[in-house]
Amino acid sequence: MSTIEASPEVGHDEHGHDHDHPPFLAHHFDTPEQQFDSGKLGIWLFLVTEVLFFSGMFCAYAIFRALRPEVFEGCSQFLNTKLGAINTGVLLFSSLTMAWAVRCSQLEQHKGLVGTLAATLSCAMIFLGVKAIEYSHKFGMGLLPAGLFFYDPSNPHPTEHPPYLAYICAPFAVALVGVLCWLVFSAVAGKKFQFAVAKPLSVVCLCFFVGVGLGMVLESGEESADHVDTHADPNGLATAPVMLEVEKAAAAEAAPAIAASGAQVSVDEGVLEILATDPTNVGVKSGLNALEQQTAAAGTSTVTGDGEILGAITTTEVDVMTPTTAGVFFSIYYCMTGIHAIHILAGIGVLVWLLVRAVRQDFNRQYFGPVDYVGLYWHLVDLIWIYLFPLLYLIR
Amino acid sequence: MSAGSLPSGSQVKDPGYPTPSENYLTNSKGVLSWIFTLDHKRIGVMYLIGVTAAFAIAGLLALLIRLHLFQPDGMIFQGEEANNYYNQVFTLHGAIMVFLFIIPSVPAALGNFLVPVMLGAKDVAFPRLNLCSFYLWVFGALFFVSALCASGLDTGWTFYTPYSTTTDSSVILATSGAFILGFSSIFTGLNFIVTINTMRPPGMTWFRMPLFLWATYATSIIQVLATPVLGITLLLLIAERTMHIGIFDPEYNGDPVTFQHFFWFYSHPAVYIMILPAFGVISDLISVHSHKRIFGYRFIAYSSIAIALLGFLVWGHHMFTAGMSSLTTIIFSALTFTVSVPSAIKVFNWLATMYKGSISLTTPMCYALSFIFLFTIGGLTGLHLGTLATDMHLHDTYFVVAHFHYVMVGGTLVAFLGGVFHWWPKMFGKMYSEAGGRLSALLVFAGFNLTFLPQFILGSRGMPRRYATYDPEFAALHQMSTWGSMLLGFGLLVALIVLLRSLKSGKRAPANPWGGATLEWECTSPPPFYNFERAPAVGDPYDFSDLEWEADNERYVKVEPAREIVPETQPEKEPAHAEDSK
Repeated sequence: MSTIEASPEVGHDEHGHDHDHPPFLAHHFDTPEQQFDSGKLGIWLFLVTEVLFFSGMFCAYAIFRALRPEVFEGCSQFLNTKLGAINTGVLLFSSLTMAWAVRCSQLEQHKGLVGTLAATLSCAMIFLGVKAIEYSHKFGMGLLPAGLFFYDPSNPHPTEHPPYLAYICAPFAVALVGVLCWLVFSAVAGKKFQFAVAKPLSVVCLCFFVGVGLGMVLESGEESADHVDTHADPNGLATAPVMLEVEKAAAAEAAPAIAASGAQVSVDEGVLEILATDPTNVGVKSGLNALEQQTAAAGTSTVTGDGEILGAITTTEVDVMTPTTAGVFFSIYYCMTGIHAIHILAGIGVLVWLLVRAVRQDFNRQYFGPVDYVGLYWHLVDLIWIYLFPLLYLIR
Repeated sequence: MSAGSLPSGSQVKDPGYPTPSENYLTNSKGVLSWIFTLDHKRIGVMYLIGVTAAFAIAGLLALLIRLHLFQPDGMIFQGEEANNYYNQVFTLHGAIMVFLFIIPSVPAALGNFLVPVMLGAKDVAFPRLNLCSFYLWVFGALFFVSALCASGLDTGWTFYTPYSTTTDSSVILATSGAFILGFSSIFTGLNFIVTINTMRPPGMTWFRMPLFLWATYATSIIQVLATPVLGITLLLLIAERTMHIGIFDPEYNGDPVTFQHFFWFYSHPAVYIMILPAFGVISDLISVHSHKRIFGYRFIAYSSIAIALLGFLVWGHHMFTAGMSSLTTIIFSALTFTVSVPSAIKVFNWLATMYKGSISLTTPMCYALSFIFLFTIGGLTGLHLGTLATDMHLHDTYFVVAHFHYVMVGGTLVAFLGGVFHWWPKMFGKMYSEAGGRLSALLVFAGFNLTFLPQFILGSRGMPRRYATYDPEFAALHQMSTWGSMLLGFGLLVALIVLLRSLKSGKRAPANPWGGATLEWECTSPPPFYNFERAPAVGDPYDFSDLEWEADNERYVKVEPAREIVPETQPEKEPAHAEDSK
């Protein structure tokens, strides 16, 4: 009665490898368009996860900056704006070359593709080189995450510290030597393809040290100018923004502070004093300190007609450069820029892979997806830096 | 659907059985062909084995906890370190169950197998990424095992600071494991979103997708959006332990509650990663085994998406007692109640589907019924915890433990078992013993209730969770719970034996043993490794009208009415109207 229509005994030998499709089309896709669209959606989703990944840190930044604005503004002085600006420019330029690379791959300009990819890679390396200078300089000064922080304003440049710059540069030096050896070897052995890959890569590796050199020049220029002046008077550097902040706060709160009844303040102070005896409660202690000064000032200060305050607090003893206060800023600084740098490193990895494929001339009008996807990733990494730079460097 | 009588002269459509060279299980041989496979079905089977192993380990730890609590002073762990051992055991039970079993259970194991087949596609969009995410899972599991072997973990599965920053157990190993598992989960979700978006066959519009795919899609959205936040939180925790970055440490101006916010921003949506795929499984199970079109298809589909989105707004209800402002707690409480709306929509739609359906009480259906019962209890007790006033009393008591076990075990685990029993013939081409399957469903149901119903009472009487010892007045209920856990364990063992026995001595499964109308029942059992020769014609996934039971071969077949060639007469050489134009 029943018949089995589709007989399974029909052979399916070598299914999916009948090669009636172009070599770049995976067998589970029907058309190159479907494959490209899938990849594109995939990379966009991946970028969404990346944004959310960083959003956790941006959130932490927002919380702690709202809690301690003076710490952020004070500590931001230690970030070298020139180096940050150079790096921003370098990354922006690399985004240009990356976009150009995508265009080259679509137009099948193979030489142009190799060139623009190599330029992108070189910019990435310059970025890392400059970053190496920034990091090693701060490590040397003891501007480290909270638990390791040992910056001492009276001795900002301790002479004996491990050669951090050499540590950071070592792996890149090894890579440079390796690539150069490979270049020579492939030239001697006459391996054209390997030579074509090693040639741009050796330029790329060299660019790391270009970045280091650039960073050194700018950092020493900074040193001789205003940097040294501020270091000579570390207290001035550390407390200057604080003064500003307190003045503002005083101006805003002068009237209500005068109006506040003395009894209320003393009750709070009693509790706070007990809490402040605990050595870990630094926040309470400095808060209490500020409160005392405020009440002392409020008794004598008067507000003139045009809003100016006489006898307001002009200095406080709050020092933001202690591990317990400054540490959080540098923790967030290292987490954000460090994870960004890891993303740059990952980007370098995939760009090298693209470079090899570009030399092999894998990409054509119909198949340029990988260049496009890596391009999108690279733009995102660039974009994150565009946010990091003002949020960390330009807030004072 | 009269048994065994097909309308005469009708055409019967059935794909038959696969040859060994087609069968995805046998078409290539050797361990390497499994280790390096890109076939989504094999990856799904490997996941199935992996999550079952993880479940077995975590389940044994759970039995250890229950046995210890058999007596008020503790029965298993003795001596000075007793409480530490207890802390480690409940932490690892929770962490392994959540990260290694529940999250990957339905989406990764069943989802990998089913998503492409239900779409009539040959594979997921990124097969290599798929294999990569399986190995990330294995890698993450190894980290967990090494944490277990190194110095244990006693922070609770939530890694709350400051426990996790001050304990000397292996937090870094365990959090690295969870971080890696997070990426496994992200890649799986990403793969499914792309697959469902770009690889649907012609004719399958969004509203002709099986509801399992809708649920998988909603789950994948959460996986992609929430998991990265957990990733960065765990990285910050690792940095806190290694470099003392101070973000979670009040000594350095940090705030430990920040960790709770970050953690629950992921982990509350993760609760829906655990339960949404189970909803999808149940929607399909109820409809197929009631042989009736699903009631309120669009409502079920939209409610999955609604749950996925609302799930992002309610994380604060885990922290009502952590010192938020009263306005914040009220907002979070109100938002929490909104989640119950789409969940209730689903339950009512399932009930309406069964109403006047011709229900076959097969093993999967027994599990599905048990799911509806248990999930309803779990969901409704959630309202007690979402209410501010009652939560103050019930927070961190056994009431919470019972509530989330009703959702996670009574919900996800039971749905997972139902799904495994439902698709087992499709996965391995073998029918299992129905009697054994139903017995296991009954034992699991009884054992589960015996274990966790007493815990509601314990909790509302004030028994706090995570305590190794308790007042003697709680002893009777604790003992009842322990006996229940034995029964539950026994029921799960029966289920495992029934399934494993079927591999050896089960009957050969037909292509469509249950009468399902989704695409996976249109290929052979087990499917050939390319799933479909060409993209199949897509019909309504819940239209059962053309499926008939064929008693001779014990299978459902697709029946098409007898066809005639129309017209039978040859047309005239010149049409009649041609005369007029002359």
